[in-house]
Amino acid sequence: MAHGPTTASEEYIEVAPSRPGQEKGSFTRIIQELVFTVDHKKLGLMYIGSGLFFFVIAGLMATLIRIQLAIPNNHFLEPDVFNRFFTMHGTAMVFIVGMPIIFGFANYLVPIMIGARDMAYPRMNAFGFWMFFFSGFLLYASYFAGPGLYNAGSAPDVGWFAYSPLTSRAFSRGHSSDYWTLALFSGGIGSIATAINLIVTTVSLRCKGMTLGRMPLFVWTFLVVAFLVIIAMPPLAACQIMLLLDRYLGAAFFDTQNGGSAILWQHFFWIFGHPEVYILILPGFAIMNEIVPVFSRKPIFGYPIMVAANLMIAFISLGVWAHHMFTVGMSSVGNAFFAITTMLVAVPTGIKIFNWLGTMHGGKIRMELPMLFCIMFLFQFLIAGLTGIMLAVAPFDWQLSDSYFVVAHFHYVLIGGLLFTIFAGIYYWYPKAFGRMLDNKLGHLHFWLFTIGFHVTFFPQHISGFLGMPRRYYTYDAGRGWDLWNMISTIGVIFQAAGIFFFVLNLIWSYWKGRKAGDDPWDAWTLEWATTSPPPDYNFEHLPVVHSRRPLWDLKHPDDPDWKYE
Amino acid sequence: MGTGKLRLSKTLAALALMAPLAAAQADEPLRPIANMFDPLSKPAEMIHDSAIITLIICTVIFLIVTGMLVYVCVKFRSRGAIDERKEPPQIYGSSQIELAWTIIPIIITVVLILITTRTIGEIQDHAVPANAVHIRVIGHQWWWEIHYQKPGAKPGEWITDFTTANEIHVPVNVHTEITLESADVLHSFWVAQLNGKTDLIPGLKNHTWIEPRTTGVFFGNCAEYCGTQHANMQLKVFVQTPGDFAAWKIAQATPAPAPAAAEAIAGKQVFFANSCVNCHKVDGTTAIGVFGPDLSRLATRMTIGAGVAANNQENLRAWMRDPSHLKPGVLMPNMQLTETEVDQVVAFLQTLK
Repeated sequence: MAHGPTTASEEYIEVAPSRPGQEKGSFTRIIQELVFTVDHKKLGLMYIGSGLFFFVIAGLMATLIRIQLAIPNNHFLEPDVFNRFFTMHGTAMVFIVGMPIIFGFANYLVPIMIGARDMAYPRMNAFGFWMFFFSGFLLYASYFAGPGLYNAGSAPDVGWFAYSPLTSRAFSRGHSSDYWTLALFSGGIGSIATAINLIVTTVSLRCKGMTLGRMPLFVWTFLVVAFLVIIAMPPLAACQIMLLLDRYLGAAFFDTQNGGSAILWQHFFWIFGHPEVYILILPGFAIMNEIVPVFSRKPIFGYPIMVAANLMIAFISLGVWAHHMFTVGMSSVGNAFFAITTMLVAVPTGIKIFNWLGTMHGGKIRMELPMLFCIMFLFQFLIAGLTGIMLAVAPFDWQLSDSYFVVAHFHYVLIGGLLFTIFAGIYYWYPKAFGRMLDNKLGHLHFWLFTIGFHVTFFPQHISGFLGMPRRYYTYDAGRGWDLWNMISTIGVIFQAAGIFFFVLNLIWSYWKGRKAGDDPWDAWTLEWATTSPPPDYNFEHLPVVHSRRPLWDLKHPDDPDWKYE
Repeated sequence: MGTGKLRLSKTLAALALMAPLAAAQADEPLRPIANMFDPLSKPAEMIHDSAIITLIICTVIFLIVTGMLVYVCVKFRSRGAIDERKEPPQIYGSSQIELAWTIIPIIITVVLILITTRTIGEIQDHAVPANAVHIRVIGHQWWWEIHYQKPGAKPGEWITDFTTANEIHVPVNVHTEITLESADVLHSFWVAQLNGKTDLIPGLKNHTWIEPRTTGVFFGNCAEYCGTQHANMQLKVFVQTPGDFAAWKIAQATPAPAPAAAEAIAGKQVFFANSCVNCHKVDGTTAIGVFGPDLSRLATRMTIGAGVAANNQENLRAWMRDPSHLKPGVLMPNMQLTETEVDQVVAFLQTLK
């Protein structure tokens, strides 16, 4: 049985007639393979690849934003151009960079980690990818098509959370907001498809012996993420539809002059938006859960409580949305409620950080690149979590909200937290996906430049926030105490950009020239390392059977297997 | 600083067009650094207290956890290839330790919750004293409309005494109750040294209050993104001695005298012959527009264009030639005035004090 798919697919490639332009390795053939594929690994890499592509574009926009803010009263960018940049930067980073990259990791790894041959619904998987991919182009198409017949507007300039009534036709002319709405709406459909697929795959395709209690924490975390996606995306879709109805069919959901509510949008958006933050950061935890044990040479500390912490975070995250709205004039009871729920998140998050430290404690920590990124994650995510607690203190938030402090906080979450683990994950699993190691020297250059650049850029923003600088300002006057911090912040971008340059260079260079990796370069324990690098289309020749959480540990240490202790 | 009586006479002198431009503003110290850790008003001080406790707790946690991280990284890092052959002892967890680092954060969280809810109550449910000054602030793209309550109005009733724009004057050591509304999109009222921010929302009336401890010109900003010129929707709060404030109020509620100089008279004619009056109000004249800032006493203000430029002849001329030159995207159109007309209108505007 195990040999069946092998011969079939190989024969197919051998026998299929090569028409002109269809030879193996030719450009058209590669495009054809990418378009027609339903293989979870190819789709996973396509997710990550296109996410990185949009990442570079959105990063360049951020660079232009920082150049404009380097000095007071700068005239580098027009106000409308600046406003489009920060809107597109935020929207892109969340919806067409963060989401696809985490789905890429899930797609590639979840089936292999649970010993399956593919996702449960391979074609729906491809559908989800292409929905995301075109939603990205739809978003950027606004630069050309946004003006529409009215010749007004361009790309969206309403901010990534697009508060009503700024998005109504009176204030947002042309079609820019429509492109924003439709891009997020269609991308959301793709996300829901992928989430359903992940749940079904995890629930029904686990190999023999892989009970829920033996599932890698990576898979557990993505199971939780998938449920959050299914809960969080519909409110987003709902408010996008309401907005379209308002704009084109005379509805008045957000139109206060006709009995609508300007606040309604915020409730809908943040009921999506806050779980979304955890949708983005939990995958970071998932990657930590795999890399920290392997490089500490110890099993994860407290597996059951790590699972429980995931569930607690997900559950609490559904009840914290209005902490984005402490300044809208809620009652003191409302403000207190959301302050309390928000602070409760600190408990399971703290458990996770301590358990990672517990995993490292007593181990033999190999300071390789994936682990370096993970250690920096712990440091940076600690800062992000603590600034998050400050923001949860509602009175403090009345000062900090919508200031540069918030900008610093969520960049510490999303770059210092998520992006660093994405880098860790790429250094860790690139050898599996392409059979070659990423270059160590280039990797260290990337790590140090990016880490320094990140802190130099974003740490001073805490201070400009303390000094009263609101976010989304295209210009500011000298003499408000903001000049120095903005200049430092802009200088940091140079280091970040250099870091990203070496990272991209490494990805390309190592694809051809990297050291051969072998099947299991890190001496790791989960099932993806039991197959070849890169894995065959069918993942495993024989579907594996597992007896513990670390099946490869059992194989490598038959004298001291894990299942004795679990 | 002089007594209130002296101030009053000084402002009356200004009424008689004898004092230099913007004389009233020059007296209070400028406070352009909106540092939230240098609070000079009651709610901001309460926020500051809870913020300091939060910062201390967070700093302690930061130092402890960072210390633990550095310790494990240094102590348990792998030392060379020989060391790597043998795996370390495999520890799967410890219920006691995990319980400890669940319970300790819960205790810290409870402390923070108590601090937070107390401060929320103290600030939000603070009673409005009888002697409070009542003002209404209405947000517009991209300026602030400010109404002062007529003295003697019944509670809950609003009668506007006079309106002004972008510059709020309040007495020191007195509770000022501020009602916040919006005419278009969301805005947010933020003067960090006086209080945290509260949003201005169309269709809703929000409330905030300040009770400044010291005089000064406090710099504030719009803190909720509101479109093209969000960055130039600045706000200034002039905290004055009660005497100065009373004098200012009397001056603001009195229409500026009709211009006497020939150029200013011509400027007034240009002003009324164009569509300026559709959007702007000048007390004591037929100009009663409400879409743009009230110009009744424009010349007493420190800045024009909601803080985009200093209020002087040169900037006023630039503004009259083309408002979007100083403030790109501003909703005021270019009135296509000739150079002579620009000079005349500016001369007229400078009499509005």
